[in-house]
Amino acid sequence: MDIQPILAALRHHKAGTMLIALQIALTLAIVCNSLFIIHQRLARMDEPSGVDEANVFVIQNLWGEQYSTQETLARIREDLATLRQVPGVQDVTPANQYPFKGGGWDNLITMTPDQRSSTTDASYFAGDEHFLDTLGVRLIAGRDFRPDEVQSRGMREKMIPTVAIVSKPLADKLYPHGDALGKSFYAMTSAPITVIGIVDVLQRSDVSTWSAPYAGESMVVPIRMAMSWGVYYIVRTKPGQLAAAMRAAPKALYAENRMRMIDAKDGVLSFAEVRRRAFERDRGMAVLMGIICVVLLAITAAGIVGLTSFWVGQRRRQIGVRRALGATHRDILGYFMTENLLISLAGVVIGVLLSFGLNAWLVTHFTLAALPLTYVVGGIVILLLLGQGAVFAPALRASRVPPIEATRPA
Amino acid sequence: MLAYYLRLGLLSLRRNPVLTALMVLAIGVGVAASMTTYAVFRAVSANPLPDKSSRLFVPQIDPWGPQARLDGSDVPDALTYTDAMALMRDRRGARQTAIYPMSHTLIPDDVSREPFHVSGYAAYADFFPMFDAPFAYGSGWDRAQDDAHAAVVVISSQLNRQLFGGANSVGRTLRLDDHDYRIVGVMADWNPRPRFYDVNNDDAFNDPPDFILPFTQAVDTHTDTDGNDLCRGTTGREPGWDGWLRSGCAWVSFWVELPDGAAAAAYRSYLQGYAAEQTRAGRFHWPPNTALFDLTQWLRHEQVVPPATRISLLLSLGFFLVCLVNTVGLLLAKFMRRAGEIGVRRALGASRREIWLQFLAEAAMVGIAGGVAGLLLTGVGMVSVGLVFEPEIARLAHMSAGLIGLTLLCALVATVAAAFYPTWRAAHVQPAWQLKSH
Repeated sequence: MDIQPILAALRHHKAGTMLIALQIALTLAIVCNSLFIIHQRLARMDEPSGVDEANVFVIQNLWGEQYSTQETLARIREDLATLRQVPGVQDVTPANQYPFKGGGWDNLITMTPDQRSSTTDASYFAGDEHFLDTLGVRLIAGRDFRPDEVQSRGMREKMIPTVAIVSKPLADKLYPHGDALGKSFYAMTSAPITVIGIVDVLQRSDVSTWSAPYAGESMVVPIRMAMSWGVYYIVRTKPGQLAAAMRAAPKALYAENRMRMIDAKDGVLSFAEVRRRAFERDRGMAVLMGIICVVLLAITAAGIVGLTSFWVGQRRRQIGVRRALGATHRDILGYFMTENLLISLAGVVIGVLLSFGLNAWLVTHFTLAALPLTYVVGGIVILLLLGQGAVFAPALRASRVPPIEATRPA
Repeated sequence: MLAYYLRLGLLSLRRNPVLTALMVLAIGVGVAASMTTYAVFRAVSANPLPDKSSRLFVPQIDPWGPQARLDGSDVPDALTYTDAMALMRDRRGARQTAIYPMSHTLIPDDVSREPFHVSGYAAYADFFPMFDAPFAYGSGWDRAQDDAHAAVVVISSQLNRQLFGGANSVGRTLRLDDHDYRIVGVMADWNPRPRFYDVNNDDAFNDPPDFILPFTQAVDTHTDTDGNDLCRGTTGREPGWDGWLRSGCAWVSFWVELPDGAAAAAYRSYLQGYAAEQTRAGRFHWPPNTALFDLTQWLRHEQVVPPATRISLLLSLGFFLVCLVNTVGLLLAKFMRRAGEIGVRRALGASRREIWLQFLAEAAMVGIAGGVAGLLLTGVGMVSVGLVFEPEIARLAHMSAGLIGLTLLCALVATVAAAFYPTWRAAHVQPAWQLKSH
């Protein structure tokens, strides 16, 4: 196909050409940035938590009376005994938080007690010797807590854990050579904490964007914490008995002692629900961006159809002349397809610049990551195909213009 | 003549139904997406107290020193108990209050009712007049009761309905955990959004607090904060409740009312002086570092508007822009298709001005149709906004007369603006060419 005459013809409707190119450029910029944001959001939603999610649920138990630290610990002991009696329950652990809870407790980590700026930040789980087994977290090195290691502490009391189990990402951050076991670190403490175990995956309690640099970094200390407001009970059930145990557990707790509150709506959550709630916002954002992308592509396609149809209408006589001079259906079809390809290519070139410009702006204002080239390439392919698809119907109509048109006045 | 052109424009909507439908839909979708996200944005970025926002301030005192910020973190957005109490004692503002969020178990008098969880705030007497909190019955407590650590409480209208069926409950007793409080006031419905006085702790768009009681009393009963307890750089603090109060943990919000700029300047130098004194006394080992934010600066500082809300507004605006570019193209096609008609009109003596008027009127009709489509789609957007934003924020967005007007106006103005280039082209059609080719 000779593109010289096409370029010459385009010069006669500069405005329309530029409008289509501009529309394609803007669409490309918005679509590839949106797709990238969607992917980032969805990727976070699929991260494994380290928890045996199908068989774990969480009870948020608020005390109905004000207790001293000793009373709180006694209540927790009673509750644990009660929960262990519930049919289907395999193990229970009291905790200050759980992965994907949203918000929560985290400590700064340093390698020496007087280090000025922190090495990293870790989600701070206080758990007993049942913590790992209940969550179903996989220990890949070292050992679990021994019952005699677990201290009981009031929330405002000084906590001096001497040992901790850390997640692999935290271990690797502190000791990049993979030799963290047996070594020590400081977590806003005056005494060193020794790593006695490393678990494969244990996600943080918070899911906010500020903690993205510390993703997956968690530590568990052997502390049974008496919190004045209440406690989280993490419960693991035998396979297939989750729903029944979730119904029975609050009833058993109320039967044991009425002076407590377990919210009917938010008090007992399966881990699937915990995960859903943690990423609700991300899902919403992904849905919104997805809708915008689809509608945007549809509108751009519609714009191309509209303008090309207009051009075809305008050029019926010329098309007739070309047909009369021996151009085939295929030639006319090819002409309009190539014309669109040229315009689209110009639009895509501007669009690539706009995409990176928009991304640079988003990076500085909303701390998003830099746009990988694959998204831009994907966006280019989508838009070129979209342009060709949109132009096909009007081009086909053009190719059917009979040579007799040449003799009719425009 | 304009009325005639408008009527012509209306008729011409039917001339190229597909093209016209495309344009109307593009404008409608673009305007609806922008309006829906704008409604959400406006709701979350609203000034909760427009009459007083310039007179309410949040002081900040660095309790940890520059070493704690080497990794780029900020001065904590709350005060330590020690500093908050010092500012309360000095009373350098016209009004001031320390605040912290807390929750309790409410034990109803009626033994047949289950105890339930209530959340509220500990504050000083100035809280109510400072924030213009309205009362249905009674009033807040006074400063003397602050000093007396009085066991009094102000409850929300919602809690009053729940417990007392909405009757005047002033003078009755409320049992929170194992303490009795005398109700001195029932607030009228009051829930400023964002909840500026607690944005450093919680989602700023929650239900109103159930109760507010004296700070001094809350500390006496050792009621823990429900909010953040920022304890960085405070290793080796003493154990127990008193150790926590004396520690460098920052957990107390503080607000001060300063009537004018001079008072604000005076308060700034007072803060600086206070911090300098702490340095001299050896409590701080760094030069004084203090700040004073007014309400709107504070909301910005705390990034109350979620970034997701901003990104979606921007995306929708970008989207609207593409829709407009699309409209320019389609209008160009629609107008230039009638070059012949324009030629005849011009040859019969119509001036360029007449052509301008006619085609802009036609574009206006497209704009209005787009606006109506946009209005319907905005309605759909408002209903489905809950799918995208979290419920606390989604329910803030609602259709109002202003929003309806804005939707129509945006569609109209944008379409007429988009029609300028196509109309210019139409007005410059050469009559001679058009007549010749016919």
